[in-house]
Amino acid sequence: MFTASRRRGAIPVLGLVGAAALTLTACSGGGTPSGTEASSGSDGDFTYLGQTQNTVISSTLESLAADACSAAEETAPLSVDAIDGTTWDQQLQVLAGNNALSDVSMAGGTPALMQEFIDAGLVVNLSEELEELGVSDRILPAAASTIQALYDSEDIYSLPTELNIEGFWYNTELLEQAGVTEPPQTWDELAAAAEALQAAGIQPFIAAGQDGWPITRLVGNYIFRSLGADALQRVVDGEASLTDPEYVAAAEAVAALGAEGYFGDAAGSIDYNTAMNQFLTGGGAFFYMGSWALGNFNDPEQNQIGVENIGFAPFPAVEGGEGSIDEVPANVGIPVMFTTSGWDDGSAAWLECIAQHYGDAALSESGQVTGFVVDEVPAEQSELTTLVQDVITEAPSSVLWFEAAFTPEGTSVSQTNGGGLATGSLSGQEFMELVQAANEG
Amino acid sequence: MERMLGDWRAVAILLGPALAVYSAVMLVPIFWSTGYTLFEGNAIRGFEFVGLANFVEFFEDPTALQSVSFTLRYAIVLTVLQVGAGYGLALLYVFALRRGGAVIRTLVFFPVILPTVAVALLFRRFFEAAPAVGPVNSLVMSFGGENPDWFGQPDASFWVIILMDLWRSMGFYAVLLYAGLVEIPDELLESARIDGASGFRLIRSIVLPLSLPVLLSALIFSINGTLKVFDTIVALTNGGPGTATTPLTVYMFRTAFSFGEYGYGSTIALVLTLMCLVVTVFIFRSTRRDLTKG
Repeated sequence: MFTASRRRGAIPVLGLVGAAALTLTACSGGGTPSGTEASSGSDGDFTYLGQTQNTVISSTLESLAADACSAAEETAPLSVDAIDGTTWDQQLQVLAGNNALSDVSMAGGTPALMQEFIDAGLVVNLSEELEELGVSDRILPAAASTIQALYDSEDIYSLPTELNIEGFWYNTELLEQAGVTEPPQTWDELAAAAEALQAAGIQPFIAAGQDGWPITRLVGNYIFRSLGADALQRVVDGEASLTDPEYVAAAEAVAALGAEGYFGDAAGSIDYNTAMNQFLTGGGAFFYMGSWALGNFNDPEQNQIGVENIGFAPFPAVEGGEGSIDEVPANVGIPVMFTTSGWDDGSAAWLECIAQHYGDAALSESGQVTGFVVDEVPAEQSELTTLVQDVITEAPSSVLWFEAAFTPEGTSVSQTNGGGLATGSLSGQEFMELVQAANEG
Repeated sequence: MERMLGDWRAVAILLGPALAVYSAVMLVPIFWSTGYTLFEGNAIRGFEFVGLANFVEFFEDPTALQSVSFTLRYAIVLTVLQVGAGYGLALLYVFALRRGGAVIRTLVFFPVILPTVAVALLFRRFFEAAPAVGPVNSLVMSFGGENPDWFGQPDASFWVIILMDLWRSMGFYAVLLYAGLVEIPDELLESARIDGASGFRLIRSIVLPLSLPVLLSALIFSINGTLKVFDTIVALTNGGPGTATTPLTVYMFRTAFSFGEYGYGSTIALVLTLMCLVVTVFIFRSTRRDLTKG
């Protein structure tokens, strides 16, 4: 029998277990995970971990292993793996916490997470290594500055396997049907064009409200145009707040488009693939998207409106604003990082070869514009790809996106509520209050 | 038997392995997680002792309080509906559907075995407003209504979730309660009928008190299951619009694994555990009264 005295005896035992757990908790993970010291020599392989949604990086690496990087492949054979990208940051944290990161992997999607990795010494300072290998000039200055801005550092901690510009892609035929002869240069012209399209029975904008970010990008870009390129950094530095009237005005401008129904019925239910499909089947006129969508645009099976029927307009200026229409919203997609725990001679050989050849391989095989120097432009390149390269080359400066400097919580709250602006169910003031509160923690 | 159970070596051999496994996979993580509530940080940037700051933050966090509100509302509404509907169906099985009862029981139980994600996708299609219009919206529009955006409005999303989970789970509670009802002796029911009890009076005075233990089990199953809801909501609304349908479990997951705040995430988990405990104790206490005594 389990007597009362024995029950009393169990209490100290449970207390001891609890105390032991607390002690273990306090001791665990209290500092930098072990094994972050760089090792010399090669451990025999070169492991890459990416997202299942992105096959360009893995296929380009495999192509390099078979051809231009065969020497590195001999030193450290490439091993490719992929996991689902929808919870990428969460999985990356678990891997990092267990000191199980691959030699090279896609970086954290949230810049703040990468900042934690950098602070914890988990990722290789590539500026130093590229300099030492003598290939630092293989990174385009625009890409380098974007990465530096992203992680608020003078050094580069990831490689720009993409270099994207963002803006409004439009269906020229639908614009002509609505009598819009020129792509809009200002926000007012954009709103007027939307009104004309709606009147002509054409859905003005297509956006993946379910994902949120295609809507919040509009808010961020409006802020860059109206308040200048450093407007969001001022928020992060505590010099301004998203709830200041001039910042709220940006969210209100986007919410006004939503309230007019310009994003169509139930924009909050549209996901990325559906939105892409809508645009490429003539379901709407304007589509704010990054140049990573070139692959979809250039695919005749997906693109039912014809690649020649797609135009590109930079995010319009805001009348009287401090920003310039020439400041191109740009990003490097999800770049790749090298981990200090796996850094060795094999990784160094691969880094050198990637810097030398990745740009050519990605462009010729996947039509992917990267942040690496390209030596050989493919002869048969689509006009849209050329257009993107021209815009990147000619842009005097670039800006990041709305959530680039936010905390993970701020990013999440922004993107989960972005759809509300497109459906008109959330006012600009409410949206900015939510995001500001999340950023303040 | 008594002599064997009095032998501590026999007890250790019989219970030891199971207790060790249970402790390793249940007790240690619970204590470990409870320990985290006093810390801030994660495995990458390290942990810092913050005392009870996470609990203070919880009660000042509007999203957490909204999650508590949603979780309780969801748990109460769904428990009442699914146990109520299950009990109604069980009574139907026992007292009305003598022939063909097995077929109907199977049909009603069928959604229980469907994968959660498949059910959620099915309901997303049913209530779709764009790009295609789902059957529900088509029906609404055929009566002259507009194309409602069910998943864009907090209240509408809430009721779609309730409807989906009710459809998915009431068959389980019907079978569970049916098992309790068939245990009631026929002689007892017959003698009650001879004494003049029938219909609602029979259920109120005989069936309900005698099926109370299994009804109580169903209530506890339901309230604990609904308080810890995760997968159905993630698959159907992902907590949206905004955070309007975000239960504590989803908020805990996001806080710990998306925001990298293990301490705060553990605090949310502890609060949820305490909520489950309090509700379960409350149900036990409130049903101690003997209903046969009027």
